[in-house]
Amino acid sequence: MAVIEIKNVAKRFGEYQALQDINLTIEDQEFMVLLGASGCGKSTLLRIICGLETATEGEVWIGGKRVDHLPPKDRGISMVFQNYAVFPHLTVFENIAFGLRMKKLPDDEVTRRVERTAGLMHIDQLLQRYSGELSGGQRQRVAVARALAMEPDVILMDEPLSNLDALLRMEMRAELKGVLAESNTTAIYVTHDQVEAMSMADRISVMHKGEIVQAASPIEVYRNPAAEFVAGFIGNPPMNFLPAAPAGSGQWHVAGQVIEGPQVDRALRFAVRPEDVRPAETGLTAVARIVEPLGAHLLVTCDIEGEMFRAVLDSDLAIRSGDKLILAPQPDRVRWFDPETTKAVA
Amino acid sequence: MNARVLPYVLIAPVTLFLCVFFLYPFFLVAQQAFTTGNGFTMDNFREVVSYWKFPISLRNTFLLALAVVPVQLALSLLMATMVNNMKRGRDLVLYVWTIPLGISDLAAGIIWLAIFEQSGFLNSMLYGLGVVDQPASFLSYQNMTVVFIAIMLAEIWRATAIMLVIIVAGIGLIPKEYYEAAEVFGASPWKRFVKITLPLLRPSLQTALILRVVLAFEVFAVVAALGGSIFPVLMEQIYENQFNLQNGGTAAALALIVLAISISFTLVILRALRVPKGATI
Repeated sequence: MAVIEIKNVAKRFGEYQALQDINLTIEDQEFMVLLGASGCGKSTLLRIICGLETATEGEVWIGGKRVDHLPPKDRGISMVFQNYAVFPHLTVFENIAFGLRMKKLPDDEVTRRVERTAGLMHIDQLLQRYSGELSGGQRQRVAVARALAMEPDVILMDEPLSNLDALLRMEMRAELKGVLAESNTTAIYVTHDQVEAMSMADRISVMHKGEIVQAASPIEVYRNPAAEFVAGFIGNPPMNFLPAAPAGSGQWHVAGQVIEGPQVDRALRFAVRPEDVRPAETGLTAVARIVEPLGAHLLVTCDIEGEMFRAVLDSDLAIRSGDKLILAPQPDRVRWFDPETTKAVA
Repeated sequence: MNARVLPYVLIAPVTLFLCVFFLYPFFLVAQQAFTTGNGFTMDNFREVVSYWKFPISLRNTFLLALAVVPVQLALSLLMATMVNNMKRGRDLVLYVWTIPLGISDLAAGIIWLAIFEQSGFLNSMLYGLGVVDQPASFLSYQNMTVVFIAIMLAEIWRATAIMLVIIVAGIGLIPKEYYEAAEVFGASPWKRFVKITLPLLRPSLQTALILRVVLAFEVFAVVAALGGSIFPVLMEQIYENQFNLQNGGTAAALALIVLAISISFTLVILRALRVPKGATI
């Protein structure tokens, strides 16, 4: 049982504020992904939870115990590193056994656990090899096996798949998710890859400039982004934004159209995902600029009153660059953001 | 130029240099060692080995190497770890520590002689503090232990830095992630040193130890300055044979003996610190 609570954590490196006001609760056996661009503080947060970095302020609790003053080994965690950190001078067996030997477990227990986790990660044929004789994917498996062998309450992963090629990454993604689900551990997974985040997470914490902008389920983050940053960061292509002027009583002028929206009396930004618009009789008037056939869909980059607007349309539509399009947004998928605070407005 | 020939042309100057200034003199020395007036002989070796000072100088050389090199190894590892953990002033400290490297071994010997001799700093200090009634003669044959310790100190002071620079460079090459992984998996600082630093440092330790051990068997000037003839070592015997006894043959034989010792120790070190087959460090 390991609930992780992060309370008011902040981290400064000299003048630089790497993290501020981080509050997050990760439930027992939850798979939490910290998602953000490089430099957003996600790795720093992971390192604070792990104990390789000390928070300037705040507390970290794991399993109801305050751990921020404890060394990593007393926190009930184990970790998978981005570059795997598989020790080159030890065999795969000894790598997986490293933490168990440090705990001074009896030899038969060490062997049992190494063989079990190696079997789980399909590397039982490689136990006598050295890291230099392994491929990147195999090294990755060793790193995961080493972490699992500790039978930790919490497993931390810092971009574990980022050094693998695309195909292997997809394969490992599914496998890792399965293995972790079976191991009943709480997992925190750092990545900058939104596909990884969406496909693996129970919950995603989107981070930006040292803060958690939104922590919610993948679908919630995708459908109801809490801020413009999330809307622009998640989804490929990202959400479209257009300026909206109030037309009174919940009506808004967007690119010459009147669209129903929230009842506020200041300028907002209208937002819709590229796949949530359809060609129609009435709607936003757009001029197609670039048409990219993607097989199932056409990605059309258009121009609406000088603003860039992307639409994902059916590939049967014969659209050419320069064509005029009328695009109707699906009303229940339209979102509104406050340009001042960049937060979502209901 | 033909691509097959080019590499050989490029290494030709170095090969020539090595042949003229290393291989050729080596063969000359070997020839000198194994010949007298009338053809091949082991007489030179028989002569130097049976000389009464040979066992003493051999023993002294080994004792000195045995006393100095492990201390230097431990010291240089400690110093390298300290330097590597320094956030600021790292380079300055490293420069200061390597100053003795720039001093010739004879000068180093003389510096330590100035400390230990009868009218030296140590005596003046002890006398000034009233610890001794009159200056003591430390470096005499009645005080062999002191002579040995003085030579040891001078050697440690003079030649630890050569190991230090190699080990600092080696430690710098070990990725930080290995230490972090070891820490997360429960290794204490000492365990991290033993389980990560030392094994990953093997190539550097090999180089440093071979260099230092070979130099330890060639110890001469420091010993000559501090011990003179009361502490004979192998190199001093070579000097004695070559210049005082004017016997190139026996000097050459001794030189080959030193070479043989150096090669055997090199092989032992290479074997002891070998990287296991398949492991890449």
